[in-house]
This record gives sequence, structure tokens and C-alpha cells, in this order.
Amino acid sequence: MAWRYGEVEASHGRGAALPRAVRQVLMEDSAMTAITSPAPSGRDYSLTGRDAKRAVENGLSAAQWYHTEIPRKQMKELMQRSDQPAIRDTIIWLGALILSGAGGAWFWGSWWCVPFFFVYGTLYGSSTDSRWHECGHGTAFRTQWMNDAVYQLACFMIMRNPVTWRWSHTRHHTDTIIVGRDPEIAVMRPPDLLRVVLNFFGVLDAWHAMTDMVRNAAGVISAAEQTFIPEQEQPKAIRIARIWLAIYVATIALALYLHSWLPLMLVGLPRLYGAWHHVMTGLLQHGGLADNVIDHRLNSRTVYMNPISRFIYWNMNYHVEHHMFPMVPYHALPKLHELIKHDLPAPTPSILAGYREMIPAFLRQLRNEDYFLKRELPPTAKPYREELHNDNPVAAAAE
Amino acid sequence: MSDWVEACAAGDIDEEDVMRFDHAGRTYAIYRSPEDEYYATDGLCSHEKVHLADGLVMDDIIECPKHNGRFNYKTGDARGAPVCVNLKTYPVKVDAGKVLIQLG
Repeated sequence: MAWRYGEVEASHGRGAALPRAVRQVLMEDSAMTAITSPAPSGRDYSLTGRDAKRAVENGLSAAQWYHTEIPRKQMKELMQRSDQPAIRDTIIWLGALILSGAGGAWFWGSWWCVPFFFVYGTLYGSSTDSRWHECGHGTAFRTQWMNDAVYQLACFMIMRNPVTWRWSHTRHHTDTIIVGRDPEIAVMRPPDLLRVVLNFFGVLDAWHAMTDMVRNAAGVISAAEQTFIPEQEQPKAIRIARIWLAIYVATIALALYLHSWLPLMLVGLPRLYGAWHHVMTGLLQHGGLADNVIDHRLNSRTVYMNPISRFIYWNMNYHVEHHMFPMVPYHALPKLHELIKHDLPAPTPSILAGYREMIPAFLRQLRNEDYFLKRELPPTAKPYREELHNDNPVAAAAE
Repeated sequence: MSDWVEACAAGDIDEEDVMRFDHAGRTYAIYRSPEDEYYATDGLCSHEKVHLADGLVMDDIIECPKHNGRFNYKTGDARGAPVCVNLKTYPVKVDAGKVLIQLG
């Protein structure tokens, strides 16, 4: 089981900007790959490929991850569930969604519909990312049926099969940014920047969500999906895909009947024109940071954000904290941050600051995919394993 | 068959909480319910072998700290993804202020 960060780090390659389950299909489409892929690399991101096997063999998969020590009493307080904050936020969210959608429909045909659809699209195509996420963890509400209801609704809007993505996200938490194991690595190395840009408009995500939905509705579970969805859960993924397909067919039929784009502006297309915010915040979660480490302080980023973005994102800007303690509900993450920040790298002060460090890192990874942003731990931090923090052959690439 | 093993003092566990207990190379989780009753299950989540004693007890549910998988700790029943396999439960009794679990 002996392994060193540097040895593992130096041995991979290949990248893209979509969750694995989607990407796996894309990589089988040679025409699409030729259009969007960067130069080949040494990392094998396939869930059934070389690096997947290697991660299991060398102990990177299902490893013991670093946690800051918190007394049990405080941890229990932080983990406590409450319906109240999420009910309040969900009423605001759905209320704003209905009002902005109604405004967009009312002013349809004039430019006045644009600001309404901007709000509606952002709520539909971006805030559903965090609702899917928090309710999937089961932490947003104390009452489980409320988590399930919002989860199903958000999954439909963000176009993520609720079964497939529940299991892919489970793997993401087990093997965060472990090459060949994590199905949700947003930006692989070397980064495919065209894909990143297109996803600000949801183009590739929505395309692959649709093709996956049709494939699942036809009863086909891909080889990649089979690696993380248990067999007994796969029929559920197929059933959901068939329901969704029926909804989209009905929406398209209504649009054709009315000779209007309006039904699609309200159902489906907001996933494209409203995706920008969830991509903007989502890239910051792990972008440009280390891979194949088992310490979330080194591969995740906490970013201070404005209140509106934090409402849309449900506090997932505290991303190191979330990964370290996924039991803590979104509304308690600021408190958790205050409690453990002495043991974490300095938070990124703003979204803009995050992009100012991440974009140059992406550009540099085009030339040297082993380059990454090395996180400096504060002097008061307790390193989990020295080899994860001290300079080594690969850490040198970060300088 | 009646291999009762002392796990802890009754007061060692808060109400609606859980505690880890290791014995003979195995790990168990001991629970104290909101009704002040004691229960015991295997100590590791059946999904990815994480210690349940680091999780959250809510009513009769224990939630795994890693992936939020939920079990009914009174029956061991798995309550949905990502946990699919039930937990093994063990009889528990309190005698003279000590929590005993039957492992035989």
C-alpha cells in the first residue's frame, strides 16, 4: 500500500469538462472528440481504465481522508437538522421562479421579457445545482420527504438523473478528484477550455443529458454508469428517464401546437441560458488544484461570495468544509468555517480572485498538465501526512 | 449463547447519540434513543465501512458521516441510497448502570 503523492501524480493524463458518466459517452464519439479535445495526456480519466485500477491498487481509492478535529459536542450541534431555513429559502426560490417565469411569459414578444427570463433562467438552470446537491445529501431539510421532493424537482430542472447522479456524487465524496475514480471532475487535465466556455451556456451538459436520458429511457445503462450505480438501482434510473422523456416530448408538442418557443423557454431551455452561475461557482470548487491527494484542503477551494450568489449556491462556496464534513447542513457551513479556518488554507477572497488564480493555472496546464495550484496550509494547521504537504518532485511543478 | 459484554456506563452516551465500542477485533455502535433506550449495531456503515459513531442520531435514525446513508438503528434497516444492506443489530440491556450487549 505504500505510495507517494509525487509518484502517483506524475503518472496520469487526459481531460474534459463534464461529469464522468457523460464524458464516457463523449469519448466514444470520435467526431465530437476531434472537435473539442485538447492534446492527449498521460491521465486516464475513464472509470474503467488504467488509472482507475491504479488508484485502487495504490490505496488512493476509499482512502482515509484528513479531518480537522472537532469535539463531538460541537460537531453534533453543527450537524443538527432543521426544516425552517430550507423551507424559507425554498418559498423564496419557488416564489421568485414563478413570478419571474410569469413575467417572462407576460412580456413574451417584447424586450421586457429579457430581465424576467434572466432571473428565471438563473433560478432554473443554476440554483437547482445546489438544491440537487444539498437535498441529495439529505441535509437541507430535517424532514426527509421534503429533501426528496426538492431533489426530484431540482434534478429535472438541472437535467441530472436523480438515481445516476446520487451515486456519482457518492463516488465524488469517496474519491474526490482521484483520477479514474471521481465521476464529477469538472475540468480534467489538460483542460479543455472550449468545453468549459460552452458549458457556461449549458451546451454540452444539456446535449449529453438529453442523449443520456434517451439512452436510459431505451433501457441502456452505460459501462461507466454500471461502475457506480448498484444493479438494483438501475431500473429506477431507467424509469425516471422515461418520465422525463415524456415531459419533454409533451413540451415540444405544445410548442409546435402553439407555434411558439415560449413553452421551451419555461421548460428545458433555461438549463442553457441560465447555466452561467452554477458553472461560474462550480468551477471554483476544485479547478486548478491538486488531484490524487487525500486531503480536501489541497484539492478544494473555499471562496467568500456575495449574499445573492450564496443564496443561489446554498453556501457551497464553503467547499473545503463541505467535503470535510458533508453531514453539516448548508446553513451551518459559515459557522463551521469559523470553527476550523485555522486549520485550512486561506479562503479565496472573491469569485474574481478565484478566477484570477484559476485561469492562469488552466492556461499553464495546457503546456504542463502536472502543474497545479499548491495550497499553503497555515502555520497552525496540522498536516495529515507530511508527503502531502512538503515539497516533492511533483510539487515542484506548482512553482 | 448469552455472551453479554460490558460496553460502557449508561451515562457515557448522551440522549439521542451514539458511541463507538471496540471488542475482540470488531467495532460496534451503541445508541441511546430519545426515549432513553439503548441499542447496538455493527459499528461500520454497510456501504463503505465508515464508523457510524461519527454520524448523527435523529429519532430512530443513524446517519453515516461520509455519504449520509441512513439506517434505523433499532431494526438495522437501510433507509435508502446510498445504503442498500441492513446493519446487524445486537440485544442490549442495562444492568447496574452498565450497558451490556450480547455478542454470542
